[in-house]
Amino acid sequence: MANFLVWVVWLVAAFACLASALAVVSFSNPFYSALALIGNLAALAVLYLLLSGEFVAAGQVLVYGGAVMVMFLFVIAYLGDRTDESPWSGGPSWQVVGAILAGGAILAEICVVVGLKAGGLLSKPQHIGRSFGSPEALGRAFLTDHLLAFEVTSIVLLVAAVGGVVLGSHARLESH
Amino acid sequence: MHGPDIQWDVVLSALLFATGALGVMLRRNPLIILLSVEIMLNSANLLLIAMSRLHGGEDGQIFAISVMAVAASEVVVGLGLIVALGRRNVELDVDKLRTLRG
Repeated sequence: MANFLVWVVWLVAAFACLASALAVVSFSNPFYSALALIGNLAALAVLYLLLSGEFVAAGQVLVYGGAVMVMFLFVIAYLGDRTDESPWSGGPSWQVVGAILAGGAILAEICVVVGLKAGGLLSKPQHIGRSFGSPEALGRAFLTDHLLAFEVTSIVLLVAAVGGVVLGSHARLESH
Repeated sequence: MHGPDIQWDVVLSALLFATGALGVMLRRNPLIILLSVEIMLNSANLLLIAMSRLHGGEDGQIFAISVMAVAASEVVVGLGLIVALGRRNVELDVDKLRTLRG
């Protein structure tokens, strides 16, 4: 029974994930696309939970679904109503056909490479303890084995913040 | 509790990545291109976490959190560029942005 429930939750989350990703690509209004991406991120957080990534799922909802998407929506609202053309309107152009062919080629490549290299190994997950993916375990890993990644991440965020301020400052525009 | 095998997550991740790549190639609005890049980054995150579960180590999840931080930085810089474009009243269409002169 528990297996069946996990399957149902996985299928619902996977379907929501794919449908909202297609919605992001298809909507002509960027505001709707951003709202669809929030649904995509929430569905992905459910998938992370099923894979025992508790802390990553919480971080996904807080950092992506909260902070990053609020920034997106704010910028879209700031830029005002500039409705884009729908990608599917006006018949199939060579760009649309080429993009769909290239997307299908990427999908086929990934499936072939993963299937050839790791096809048989994917169905035997290791046994994991109860604390796998908990904040405690991840914090321990971050502050022992992956301290350099932790520190470099902070520098990357600082540089991005400075870059955002420089790009968004009025002073540079007015000096012209 | 035993749900779907890891291979289903791999297939889903490949489908998500292809969808994001399709968006990047198909759309001309830089905002939607950024959103599609987010989909691609998230599909990579899903694969990292699935492989972390497969191998029973937390390294993949550490990597996923680092990817999240890099994605947040990328969004800050990308949105800063788009706001700078919008303030100059340039049309938001990547096909029409041909010069980088300030």
